This record gives sequence, structure tokens and C-alpha cells, in this order.
Amino acid sequence: MLLAPIVWVLAAVIVYFFAARTWWFPPPINQHGIAYDAQFMRTLVVVGIIFFLAQFALGYVIVRFRNRGGRAGYSHGNNKLETLWTSATAILFLSLVVMGTKIWAGVHFDEVPPDAIPIEVMAKQFAWNFRYPGPDGKFGRTDLKLVNDAAGNPFGLDDKDPAAKDDIVSASLKVPAGRHIKLILHSRDVIHNFFVRELRMKQDIVPGMEIPLHFEADQIGTYEVPCSELCGLGHFQMRTTMQVMSEADFEQWKIQQAQK
Amino acid sequence: MSSPATHAAHAAPQGFIRKYIFSLDHKVIGIQYYFLGLFSVFVGMALSLLMRFHMVNPAVSVSWFARLWPTAAQGGVMTPELYLSLMTMHGTIMVFFVLTTVPQSGFGNYFLPIQIGAEDMAFPVLNMMSFWTTFLALVIMLAAFFVQGGAPLSGWTAYPPLSGAGAITGPGEGMGQTLWILSIAVFCLASLMGAINFIATTVDLRCKGMTLMRMPLTCWTWLVTAILGLLGFAVLLAAGALLLMDRLAGTSFFLPAGMMINDQIIANHKGGSPLLWQHLFWFFGHPEVYIAILPGMGVTSQLLATFSRKPIFGYKAMVYAILSIGFLGFLVWGHHMFMSGMNPYSAMAFATLTMCIGVPSAIKTFNWIGTLWNGRIHFDTAMLFALGFVSLFVTGGVSGIFLGQPALDLYFHDTYFVVGHFHMIMGVAAIFGMFAGTFYWFPKMFGRMMNETLGKIHFYCTFIGVYAIFTPMHFLGVAGNPRRYAEFTQVEYLGKLIPIHQFMTWAAYFTAAVQLIFLFNLFWSMRRGKPAGQNPWNATTLEWTVPSPPPFDNFAGVHPVVNHGPYEYSVPGAERDFIMQTDPVEVPSEE
Repeated sequence: MLLAPIVWVLAAVIVYFFAARTWWFPPPINQHGIAYDAQFMRTLVVVGIIFFLAQFALGYVIVRFRNRGGRAGYSHGNNKLETLWTSATAILFLSLVVMGTKIWAGVHFDEVPPDAIPIEVMAKQFAWNFRYPGPDGKFGRTDLKLVNDAAGNPFGLDDKDPAAKDDIVSASLKVPAGRHIKLILHSRDVIHNFFVRELRMKQDIVPGMEIPLHFEADQIGTYEVPCSELCGLGHFQMRTTMQVMSEADFEQWKIQQAQK
Repeated sequence: MSSPATHAAHAAPQGFIRKYIFSLDHKVIGIQYYFLGLFSVFVGMALSLLMRFHMVNPAVSVSWFARLWPTAAQGGVMTPELYLSLMTMHGTIMVFFVLTTVPQSGFGNYFLPIQIGAEDMAFPVLNMMSFWTTFLALVIMLAAFFVQGGAPLSGWTAYPPLSGAGAITGPGEGMGQTLWILSIAVFCLASLMGAINFIATTVDLRCKGMTLMRMPLTCWTWLVTAILGLLGFAVLLAAGALLLMDRLAGTSFFLPAGMMINDQIIANHKGGSPLLWQHLFWFFGHPEVYIAILPGMGVTSQLLATFSRKPIFGYKAMVYAILSIGFLGFLVWGHHMFMSGMNPYSAMAFATLTMCIGVPSAIKTFNWIGTLWNGRIHFDTAMLFALGFVSLFVTGGVSGIFLGQPALDLYFHDTYFVVGHFHMIMGVAAIFGMFAGTFYWFPKMFGRMMNETLGKIHFYCTFIGVYAIFTPMHFLGVAGNPRRYAEFTQVEYLGKLIPIHQFMTWAAYFTAAVQLIFLFNLFWSMRRGKPAGQNPWNATTLEWTVPSPPPFDNFAGVHPVVNHGPYEYSVPGAERDFIMQTDPVEVPSEE
């Protein structure tokens, strides 16, 4: 009996904190993020109702049908009800997936426009490196044997290749606002994960694979990038930032980097 | 229906060792598994407390840490690698040696034969071997703590290259990781033996009249769990063998070319795929979730019927739901890999199938409420845990509707939202199933009742405690807190979330402390509990037709004959409010 009010109170507390948004997402910084939040809210409402009704019903039967003498009703079930709630849940769950498809497609299926800015990401235990192709628009040759983190060559850029000379290497990610960005994700050692909360997006970075990730960021600001796949003892400190700049600031930054 | 004849194979044993150590009796083996699990769950829980302590006190020095781990906690401050090895061992011990072991191998071993009217499992020697093989696996697993470098830090999922490239990827990745893989391989062998035994027993040894559709739902869940184990552990065993070869024999199943780890170029590996491991692992790993939870569903169904004095609502639908969960369980492993870099189109298929598996789970919940409806509910501790299971199953289940959508997983993958989700459902819901089973079957196993007052205090504290630990994890997930972080000091936004972590840590201390009440109740009741009698719950299934504890061959040489379905409660016109499965036919009952 005591269980019923406890179940109700717990359910109410959980619903309250989701409704009050005490701990919540940071605001989204692009169209994808806005669509993501809408899909999350749709799911939250559906799930919230199911959750509350189920917990409420559990509490209700506990109170209503507690043993007060006499015999229980004898029933082996009801096929009509069974069919009804089976199809209702199936339709509800599947429509949620279908509604989310567009968001997933936007990240993974949509063609990356040719003017997207390519940036290579090199993750390693426990640091991030980013490479921009420089004014020639081409990534230069790299060689693992030339990798030297201490000397500022985490990619192993080959000086002998003219295309490598102007490549820009940075320990944090800088992107211009409102432009299509195409990250090319590489890992040097184990699996890492690129995650920016404000982008509502993450992607594993797998050694031996080249995984593209395409996005736009509209809101100028600096956002944190915490590694989100267990990568070893320094996992918790494998952090960098993504700075979204105006197009002019971004060009300025590139020029500064090229002079270094 | 074949006539049971297992005990031609072995007579009642004489002497302590054959009776209690290398026993062939399924009941003794069941209890051995139960205590192996009980030991493991306390080890696993202790590890989780150390983890929770470190997460909120990353820089605090504790003198006995230094004595326990002279290198990994030098000066008494736990290192991040120690945190990760505690985490790896917590997950591994809980998943394999508790969640897989107790509900299936423990209760299943003890009660499957009795509930279907058999005198023992189909292969008693195999049964003994599977227990001792499991024991060996546990010894090897715990040994990983004591070798150079300590226990592995790659998590219970052991993704290569972190787990495959050797000590170069971190402490614990040398001998510790090798022992981990070995232990898992040995555990797989043990589970395969157990699975074959369960399937053969259920198929061949049912007594006269025990048709499949008269089996208690517990037996259905043990059968389907055994099938999942047979198919799942075989794949994990193969995967483990390949990973071991990558580490020891220089093969490259999971290791690609062009790696440079810790400033060293790895020249001797090429052509492997880290994703291959994930596919193999989760092909086992998802069914494993159901291995952990299905028996709990069975126990819950059994108890809801018994204590509300009602037949199960929609028995057939429940059976079909169990079967479809078992089948679909093998088709959804990709939902663990939405962010892995696998083809994003396949995510659509896995997502659709994942939502489909939500349907039988929802059916079960509806039918549980339907069973309680119009009942006369008795609130014994066993029943409280079964009701708690329903609540936790709903809470843990609905968060899956977020995670099953690839679109939403773009944010939630590898956050605390996932940790909250699976702890609610395969962690505590499954454990509530075990508590329910313990309070329900203890009288049968030990001939005495457990103390109800202690039981209720333990139940309410645990129920509120687990909600307090695991609900906040969902909010941490919404706020973007990544999982498997040793501390929250390096990422700025995580600093604001530390108060939630502190709350969860206190809740964990509290919940762990009240488990001592259970432990006390268990051992005290074994010696001092009220004598139980044969059928203290007025239940209907076969285990309640024999003395508590049952004699060596369960039915004292009598072959039971079953005339009724498993949950004939409150049948109109019947003398009592329950009709036992073996009661004579004259009683009006059949549909």
C-alpha cells in the first residue's frame, strides 16, 4: 500500500524536473539543433505521458485492488484489449522513428556542398589536432614517421611536398559561422569521439577509417569538445574547443596562422 | 512426453564433498551459483562505491587506498587509470557474474527441473562442470586485479584498439586485459554448457501433462534465455579468441594499419577492423541484456499472479512476447553502434527493429497491470519487489525510446543518459527480480521464511535509493555529461553538474548500506526464520507440492502428473482460491 504513494511521488518528481528543465541542453546553434530539440520534445511528451500513466496505473491498482477479503476476479485476459494496445504502441513507437529520420538524414545522407570547408581532425590519446588545407586548397602529404608532437607536427606533414607547406595546424577547431563545414575524422591510435553539445552531434573517430562529418554553425561563440568515447586513462581530460567566428575573423585567423 | 529417468544416472551422494562441493544435484548447484552471484554483487557494488567516491573527490587522499594500491593510488589519491579499471571490473563482474549468473543459473537451476516435474537437469555432470567452469572464470577475472599494471581499463565492452594493442595503450592493458579476455572465454564455455542443459531439460524432461503451454512463465523465460545464451555466448567466445590472437599471436582481426600509439609506430598490424569487434560483441551484447532481464520478467509474472490471486492476464500473449523479445533481441545489436562509423543507412533498419522490440516489452507491462486488475493483492516483501520491478522496468524502458532513435542518439550516445537507462533496466530491475525470487523461493530452498519486517525496510530503502541514484543520470545525460570520465575537472560545463554527482554518490552510499539488512536477513533467516511448510504462499506450481527443502530427487520417487495451467487462482466454484497444477482434474478449471 505504502508503495503506491511512493511510486506516485517518484513519478511526479521525475516529470517535474523534466518539465522545469533544471538541467538541460545548451541552446542549439544551427538549424539541425533546432530540429533536434523539436524531435526530443515530441519524444519527451509521448514518453512522459506513457511513463506517468504507467506509474500512475501501477499505484492505482496497488491501492484499488489491495486484499480486502473476498475472492479475486477470475480472468485469463482479453484479446481485444491485447490487440488494441499492441498496435497502439507499435504505431506510436514507429512513427517517432520515422519523424526522426529527417534529422538523421540531414547529418548523414545529404550531399555535402562542394564549397564546404574541409578540415581534417586528428584525434590521439589525449589531444585534438585540426588541419586546414591553406591557400592552395590542398592537404599536403603526411607521413607517420615525421610525426613529432613536441615540434608542432602532430600530423607528420612532409616539408618536401609544396602542398604541405601552407597547411595550417591548430589544437582547437575554428570555423566560420554560416558556412558548410566538412570534418574528416581520423584517429591515430584508439577510438575517440567528436562531440559538440551545441551542434547536437557526435561521431566516433576510428583508426583505419576516414569518417566525414558535415555541419553548419550559425551562432558565434566558443563551445567545448569533450572526447566521448573511452580512449584510455586521460579520456576525461581530452578536451578542446570549437570557436565559431565571423567569416572575416576566420580569414584573419588563417592569415595569422600562415605567418607562424 | 518422455518419462523422466535422470536419476538412473546418479544416486543420492554420500559425504560432504560430493554433497556440497562437487555436487551433481541441480538444487545444490543452483545454490552454489546463487552464492557465487551474491559474492560477486558485493564485490561489484564495492567497486561502484569507490568509483562514485573518486568522481566527486578526485584529489582527496585516503590512506588505505595507498595500502591497497601502492602504485595506482600512490599517496592515497586514486589515479584515473585506477578509476577506469574499477569501472571495467564493476561492469564485467555485474554483467557476467551477477546478472547472467543468478537469475538463470541460480534460480533456473534450482527451480526449472522442479517446476516442470523433473528429478534433475538433463545432464547433471555437465551442470556441475558449468558451475565450476564459471567459478574458474571468476577466479581468473579477479586475478586481473593482482597482476602487473592491474585490471584492464577498456570497459566491459573492451573495444579494440584500446583492448587489442597491448600495454602500450595504458596500464592494465597488458596482463590484466589478457586475463580479462581469458576469463570471458572461460565464462562463455560455462554458459554454453549451461544453455545446452537448460534447453535439453525443458524439451525432454517435462512430466506427464506438462505441455509447453502449461509451463510457468519462469520456465519460458529460462528456456528462451538459454537459447539466447547458446547463440550469443558462442559468438562472444569466437570474438574473444580473435582478440586474444591479436594480442598474443600477432594477428590483425581488429587492428588496422597506420596506427601510432604512445609515439610508437605500430608496424606489425594491418587490415583489421575495430568495428568488426563491435559487431561481434554487440551481437552477443544485446541478447545479453535480455539474458539478464527475461528471468526477472518471468519471476515478476509468477509473483504478480500468486500474490494478487489471479491468473496471468494473457498467458499466451506473454509467451509470444517472450519469444519475440528473444528473436528480435538478435536483430537490434546495431543500435549500440549508431555513432560507430558503420553505414548510416543500416541505422534506419536497426532503429525500426529496436522500436519493434519495445512492443512486446510494452505488452508485458500492460499484462502485468491487467493481472493486478481486480486482484486481491497481498503485499509480502517478495511481491513488493515484483511490483518494484514493474515500476523500474517502465522507467528504464521508456528512456530506450530516446536512445533507439539514431537522430536523438546523436547527442545521447555515450552520455550518462545511457548509463541511467541500462542501470535502471538491466541493472536494478533485474536485481529486483532477483530479490523477488529470493524472498519468494527462500522458504522452499531453506525451509524457513525470511523476516518480513527487515524485508520491507530493505525494500523501501532500496526502491527509493535506486531511483535516487539512477534518475539524476538522465538529467546529466541531457546536460551532455560523457560517461566513463574519471573526474569532471577538465571540461568546464561539467563543473556545474558536480552537485548532481554528489547527490548520486550519497544515494549510492545509502543504498549500499541498506543491503547489509538484506545480507543479515538472508543468513539470519537460514537458521532462525519461521519454519515455512510446504506451500507458504498458497501457490500453484510444482515446487510447492514438495517439502521445503525438497528431497534429493525432488518428488521422492513419485512422478507428478499435471492437470492444470500454471496460474489457476480464484477459480469460481473451486474450494480454495488456488488450484495446484497437480490437483485432480475433477475440479472445474480448464478453459
